[in-house]
Amino acid sequence: MSAEAPLLVVKDLSVSFCGDEGLVRAVGGVSFSVERREIVGVVGESGSGKSQTLLAIMGLINSPNAIVSGSIRFMGQELVGLNRRALDAIRGRQIAMIFQDPMSALTPVHTIGNQIGEQVRAHEKASARAARARAVQLLDAVGIANPGRVVDAYPHQLSGGMRQRAVIAMALSCNPALLVADEPTTALDVTVQAQILDLIGRLRDEFGSAVILVTHDLGVVAEVADRVLVMYGGRFVEEGGKTSVFRAPLHPYTWGLFGSIPPIDGARPARLAAIPGAPPSLSNLPKGCAFGPRCAYRHEACLTLPPPMEGNEHRAACVLPEARRREINIRTTAGVEMRS
Amino acid sequence: MSARPVERPLLRAGDLSKRYSVGRSIFPAQRRTVHAVDAVSLDIWPGETLGIVGESGCGKSTLGRCLVRLTDISSGSLEFEGRDIADASQRALRPLRRQMQMVFQDPSASLNPRRRVGDLLADPFRIHERLPASEMADRVAELLRRVELSPEHAARYPHEFSGGQRQRIGIARALALRPKLIVADEPVSALDVSIQAQIVNLLADLREEFNLTYVFIAHDLSVVRQISTRVAVMYLGSIVESGPTDLVFAAPRHPYTAALRSAVPEPSVERARCPRVVLKGELPSPMDPPSGCRFHTRCPAATSICRSERPLLASVGEGRLVACHHPLGG
Repeated sequence: MSAEAPLLVVKDLSVSFCGDEGLVRAVGGVSFSVERREIVGVVGESGSGKSQTLLAIMGLINSPNAIVSGSIRFMGQELVGLNRRALDAIRGRQIAMIFQDPMSALTPVHTIGNQIGEQVRAHEKASARAARARAVQLLDAVGIANPGRVVDAYPHQLSGGMRQRAVIAMALSCNPALLVADEPTTALDVTVQAQILDLIGRLRDEFGSAVILVTHDLGVVAEVADRVLVMYGGRFVEEGGKTSVFRAPLHPYTWGLFGSIPPIDGARPARLAAIPGAPPSLSNLPKGCAFGPRCAYRHEACLTLPPPMEGNEHRAACVLPEARRREINIRTTAGVEMRS
Repeated sequence: MSARPVERPLLRAGDLSKRYSVGRSIFPAQRRTVHAVDAVSLDIWPGETLGIVGESGCGKSTLGRCLVRLTDISSGSLEFEGRDIADASQRALRPLRRQMQMVFQDPSASLNPRRRVGDLLADPFRIHERLPASEMADRVAELLRRVELSPEHAARYPHEFSGGQRQRIGIARALALRPKLIVADEPVSALDVSIQAQIVNLLADLREEFNLTYVFIAHDLSVVRQISTRVAVMYLGSIVESGPTDLVFAAPRHPYTAALRSAVPEPSVERARCPRVVLKGELPSPMDPPSGCRFHTRCPAATSICRSERPLLASVGEGRLVACHHPLGG
């Protein structure tokens, strides 16, 4: 395998569930790739399919009602359809995942040290004593002030931020090439969030891990990501380098997201440019462009064809000509600047 | 106290405290006390929106509940329009409930799932105004329209609504009796970003239309900044800084406010972000708060006086109050 090949290549990934309302398509054919040492931010609101995409990558969708199709190639190896045993050799060792609620990854009845040690010993030959020493070292690496004490603590004795660090320490135990993080800071206070985001940035710098970071918070993306994927109704609607997407977003949904966030400094707008309506239900997606019913620029073409995502490095799935969108965007951002 | 052209505050709290005892024991020595709210003094003026910010466990929600006497207060004074309500019985408070209402974070937990929305919204009229059924239906329809829902929604149950719509119902219910004061506790934090903006706009519109006064409690600084005219920052049960929103956010005087402000990730790649003030250590337990200034264990500017003497909230001009021995930018 050449060194330039992306770490992860996802092609046409779909996740559907059979339910009472028929087939619900949670993820509708998404394609993207993650380079080595790259931090990719995936932004979307609840029900956009961002968590399901991550779970599919981890091979964690095992409901008998679920259908996962498409291709997920990690370091050249196809993950879709791989058996449990082969997956277990990759998960935890080469791909690790952290969740919004650290308690979902910790058992309350064992000490932190035991749990990290167990993870170490599942993938490497190590004595109990060596595993414990490694746990202390990892806890220190994620910035826990008193690792020698915390290693013998139970999860309930720790604060939320310390628990999340412990889970990250566990995820780091085998130097994963890819860390998949689902809203890792959403449940934390801002000052703790800042510490965890610093830690995720350091992960890449010091451990060389690539990160897929799912979040609803564009501020978090601005802070740590290299590239941004915006998800809506089970598909990507915009993709591009962070600077490019933040300077000149190309999709009306992305405009709406930016308009919805109150500025933290400068003049305050009299009203926020909120997006009307609510995100669509996945069991009842609108025809054509899923964002159509909430979009101020909807026209006939949006109803009939699902707009393709094409173009260069920075691209968006919108049928409006790109030149026109750039023009609209210049006007709306100018409006924002006038206010500030 | 700031000089305002208004004769008296709508709500005034003086040294308001709320203590909980933790651990049941017949031996008093083993009982411990949490100072959830610790001697907070606060004036809320008609027409203003006071934002209360702070991290989890700082006592902001408890303070909000104390202000409308949803929780009994342990000590201190509380006046609504000059009337002492600190020790008023629930019966005595009942007529005042029309004037002060609350909106909660989780609308699905605050709406009875077994009752139709129309019935939920009619309750305030049933209890306080004893209206005939037909008139009640009109009032409910009017309320639903006012929060941008449709009158047909009255026949549905709460689970049939999205989170944003449920929060609109929660707001409609608080609004029913035309209160003067609404205390909103994290009203948008459970909602998606695009829906948050809709609710913030709605709250601002209603404030104009009905001359409302809000106490807006939230952990999200940008949302608080958007809606509040004045802001109070809490740490471990006390207010450490308060003042006009724009001034406090642009140039915090308390080191904790500065740290909080600098930790907010900004959705922008244009400006170099303001240098982050990283706080050392963890939030101390409110059961065992530090001596002197509650913040000294994590403060980058702490000196020996901070460890021994607790700073009082003092005016630093421009309507701003700061509780710090070494305020910033002075």
